[in-house]
Order: sequence, then structure tokens, then C-alpha cells
Amino acid sequence: MIPWHYILTVLAIGLFVCSGRLPARIERFILPISIGLLGLAAWQFACDFVFDEYTPTPGQTASAFLEIVGSNRLWSDSIASLYRVTWGFFLAVGLGIPLGLWVGWSARTFTALNPIIQGLRPISPIAWIPFAILWFNIGDGAGIYLIFYASFFPILVGTIAAVRNISLVHQRSARNFGLTGVELFRRVVLPAAMPQIITSLRIALGVAWLVIVAAEMVGMASGLGYLINDARNMGNRYDLVAATMLVIGGIGIVLDLLIRRLENFDEVRWGYERR
Amino acid sequence: MSSQSNRPKVVFERISKSFLKREETLQVLDDINLEVADGEFVCLLGPSGCGKSTLLNIVGGFEKADSGRVTIDGEEVTGPSSRRIFVFQEYGIFPWASVWDNVALGLRDRPESERRRLVQDTIDMVGLSGFERSYPMELSGGMKQRVEVARALAVSPDVIYMDEPFGALDSLTRLTMRSEIIRIWEQEKKTILFVTHDVDESIQLADRVVVLSSRPGRIADIVEVGMQHPRDLGSPEYGRIKNRLYELLGVNHSV
Repeated sequence: MIPWHYILTVLAIGLFVCSGRLPARIERFILPISIGLLGLAAWQFACDFVFDEYTPTPGQTASAFLEIVGSNRLWSDSIASLYRVTWGFFLAVGLGIPLGLWVGWSARTFTALNPIIQGLRPISPIAWIPFAILWFNIGDGAGIYLIFYASFFPILVGTIAAVRNISLVHQRSARNFGLTGVELFRRVVLPAAMPQIITSLRIALGVAWLVIVAAEMVGMASGLGYLINDARNMGNRYDLVAATMLVIGGIGIVLDLLIRRLENFDEVRWGYERR
Repeated sequence: MSSQSNRPKVVFERISKSFLKREETLQVLDDINLEVADGEFVCLLGPSGCGKSTLLNIVGGFEKADSGRVTIDGEEVTGPSSRRIFVFQEYGIFPWASVWDNVALGLRDRPESERRRLVQDTIDMVGLSGFERSYPMELSGGMKQRVEVARALAVSPDVIYMDEPFGALDSLTRLTMRSEIIRIWEQEKKTILFVTHDVDESIQLADRVVVLSSRPGRIADIVEVGMQHPRDLGSPEYGRIKNRLYELLGVNHSV
């Protein structure tokens, strides 16, 4: 019998070639699927000819995936990771957006704080792990702190830039109609900055999801990152490692899809469609 | 009424302004003196870079003159005020707010019922009935500029400043907008200061055209347009004024 990945290769190339002749809306789906299938076949070929025997094949990964999906471990570890990301992220939103609005609007505050912000920003959240553990012990507190730190700076810097980008005519309109104080922020500064703030939230959430896995691998006793480490430590279960990686990727895509829904509101659509 | 209209509404006194650009001082306005009567429609006409927009920003309170002062009803202008509304060339309306919310911007402290009535009346006046819930993004350029005019009219200002408000519109829409602005002006009798570099636009709109020379901007002359609205663009009078304005601008328009 011909191995499946040989058949898949032919099938994927066939789809790739045919998709050019299909209507554009079907091509949109078929084209990336054909590349994905080709990648899957290439993985199997690499296992046949390149990788050593520890590297899991697609088939082994799939069965490991079924194994962990059936276990409580996957759910509890996913929830542990998501719990830390949620808290850390929302703390960063709650602090980063108001602070960013303020720093972006007040030239004096910007002058005072921007160098400090730029100085702290390049320090990798991973480098904070020793202190996070020192201050919060191994557990949710350290994870939440790291996620807060990781998502805070993209949100803060994005919000500052958004406010500083508010067009002169909108600022002048606001002054002309006598908007001041809270009303100025509610009616002009925040809505004008919102599209770019939402973009910064997307970036921050993406970074948060990257960082939580790394943090859990190094300094925590639960979560998807810990699950990966655990799978490797208990008898080199690389198939479990690969399956967990798939779960991490899947959750990451879902998080991004969820936060992208913010871009569809009438109040912010103007910020994306003109570019 | 007569005693009020005898006193000028807006007075520019010896306005001068220069900018610092790469160590170089650029004088943009030099000794501008001008009086604008209450209810008058005045166009500031000049080539690009003659400082006409700067002059409008000064009277609007957004920029400060180096010397001289502007008074309105005898009071010196120190900043923008909701009694005097600016209409920008690049849409100053808020893209994040609906047409209704944009027009209601200056009516925040009015009672709810009065606000609703004023917003609806103004939207009707500029011909945007039915678009109250639309967002600027969904409107054409001409409609966006109508929203901005409505936003200004809603607060019933004493003076409206317009900085090439129809510059970004296509020529047909521009013509429509001009007759609309004249219709509204005749109805509301606001004082309007209108910046343009378009000779035809200035003759079609203004009671008086103030011609500025190129940098540094000085008043070359003030031309009265004594024609009744609607103005006949083919009349000898129109042609005569047009020739005079081109002559003042120093260009030969018979290409």
C-alpha cells in the first residue's frame, strides 16, 4: 500500500494547481488548505528521512492529542494558563489605557515618563521570573505579574502613540466646541485613540500568550507550559509536547479572533478601513 | 440694529506673523488691517502660502499673532470660543460619532428636548434628513462637509470661519455646496470669513473679496462684489471683477 503522505502530497499539489481556476472566494480557502496539507506531508517525510526516532510523526501527535484531550490534565492546565493571562491582561488594560491616555495627552507627563517607559520596555518579561517568584512564590501570583508586565508595555506605548496621533483638526474642533476635562477624554481623546488602542490590545494579548507558556516552563507548577516541560521530563514524551503545542496554537488563534471582534464596532471601524 | 451694524463685528489690527523654519524666519503676514461688518460674507483670497489660513487660525484663536490683535464685538480674541465656529478643509467632524452626535457636539448643555429639536432642524437644513444614524465613513465628501456645516450652525454662532471648506470636493459638488452655503447664509445672516484660493468661488460667495499678496501676506486690495444672489456667472460685471482679481493676484488667466 502506498503510504498516506505520498497520496497527500499528490492531492495537495493537485488542489494547489486547481485552485487557481476556481472562483476567488473558494480559492481563498483551498489555497491555504493545500499548503497546509503539503506541510503535513512534509512533516511525515522529514520523520522518515531526517529526524531521529524521538521526533513524533503527525500520526503519533494526533494520538497524543486524543490522549490529552481525554485527560483532565489538559483542561486544568489550559484553565490555569488562561486564568493567569486573563487577570494579568485585564490588569494591564485597566492600568495601561488610562495611564497611556494621560501620558499621551500631557506633554509634561510624557517628557517625565517616556524615558523610563522606554528603559523598562526592552527588559524581557522572562528576565523578571526570578523576582516574580521571589515576590509571589510559585503560583498564580507570579504568572499574573509576568503577564501584566508583558502586556502592560504594548498597551501603554500603543495608547500613548494613539493619543499623540490625534489629528490637529479634531483637537481644534474639541477646543472650538469648548470640550474640557472628562468630557474631552470621553468624547474625543479616547474614541480618537480607540482603533490604535485595540491594535495594541491584540499585540499585547499575543505577547501575553507567548510569555505565559515560557513562564510556566521555567517557574510554575501548572499550566500548558508546565505540561510541555512535564511531558519531556517524564520519559521524553515528545508526542505529548507536540500535541500540547497544537493546543497552545489553537487557543492563541481563538484569543486573537475574540479580540479582533472589537474592531467591528461602528465607533472604531473608521480607523481600519481608510488605511 | 442700525447702531450695531455700524460697528464692525471683526476687526484685525496690524496683524503680523512669522514662522521659524530651519533657522530661517519666514514672514507670512505683514500688517493686516481689516474690518468685517456684522452679517457680512468676506472671502480671503490669495495664492498658496500667502498666510490666509494662518490669518483665519489667528482670528479663530488657534494661533497667536506676533503683533497686533483681533477683536470681535470689541473684545480681544485670546482663544477659540463656541460663539465662533471653524469649518475645516480636512473634515473636522468626528469619524467615531454618528451624524446626529456630531451635530449635537456643541449642544451638550442644552435641555434634552431643545437639543433634539435643534439637531433635527439643522440636519434638515443642510439636507441630511435620513442620515442621522450614519457614520461619516459612510458618507460622500460633500455630505461630510454638510455635517460639519450643520455642526457649526447648530450652536448658532456669531461668526463662522471656513478654511477652504470645499477644497477636497469635486467641482460639481463644490458648486452645489456654494449655493447651499449662500442659501443658509441668507437665511441665518451669520458673519462668514471664508478662505479660498479659487477666484470664481470668491466672486460667487463674497460681499467683499480681500486679496492677499504672496508671502509675506499683505492686503493687496479689497474688491466689492455688488451683485445680487443668485449671481450670473456670464454677466459683464462678473467678468470685470474676475479680471480685477486675477490682475491683483498677478496672474494672466487667459491660458
